[in-house]
Amino acid sequence: MSKPILVIPCSGIGKPFGSISRDATFLVCDELRPGKADTLCLSLLVMGDEEARSKVASSKCITVDGCPLACARNNVERSGGEVAAEFRVIDLLRENRGLKPRTVTFLDEDGEKLSKLLADKIATKVDELMEEAR
Amino acid sequence: MKIKPKVGVVSCSGECCSLGTLSRVATRLVLEELRSDQTVTICLPLFLAGETEENEFAKEHPTIAVDGCGKLCAKKAIAKYSKEPAAGIDVEALLKEWGVEPPGSRRVLDTDGVKMARRLAELLANEVDEIMEAD
Repeated sequence: MSKPILVIPCSGIGKPFGSISRDATFLVCDELRPGKADTLCLSLLVMGDEEARSKVASSKCITVDGCPLACARNNVERSGGEVAAEFRVIDLLRENRGLKPRTVTFLDEDGEKLSKLLADKIATKVDELMEEAR
Repeated sequence: MKIKPKVGVVSCSGECCSLGTLSRVATRLVLEELRSDQTVTICLPLFLAGETEENEFAKEHPTIAVDGCGKLCAKKAIAKYSKEPAAGIDVEALLKEWGVEPPGSRRVLDTDGVKMARRLAELLANEVDEIMEAD
């Protein structure tokens, strides 16, 4: 079996977008594509942890950012990783203008809906990248 | 009137396990419910990306690092890019001290997990009070 695809969220803590990036990532890694997708601690990677850096360097990465500052993408690239695909919660919000997530600590109904939509998109991309790796 | 500076509460939000989720939820509870007027948070990924505003805040204000595990990413990052945090909590070590197991899910905390997060948040709120008092 191919190496799992690394899905790395920003987990921003100031707005709901970061919580959605995090929740969608866990949905993919733990429920939708267990074994095919994995994640790691972004802060550990940026702090130079050798194991995390080596994992990123030898895997295909999908970054999931809440806002345009793209901390996950930027930090993965700075740590020597190659970003095979990226998702941004704000793009998903533009596609789903009726959904207005408001809470950060525990996602509200709209936040959960967006997380599920995002998770489906990420899972599809995981499948594509796994297929390419065959 | 002397306006007291706010305390920055910085969570690692580690994605590897539920301890990161616990650190994150407890931090948010302090910000939203327990000490909303006295605290702010710093987005750690933004901080690590070298965002000037975030780094400057941590240089000028006291911070509390809330780390999920003994790798202490938040604490080390604040010390590296700004100055030593005023306080720090290693959640993994704390749970061992309390004699409780980490929550089972990293995605959604169950009832016991939320209770744990609230207990941790109370502890953080006390740290905030002590820092404000000493300032």
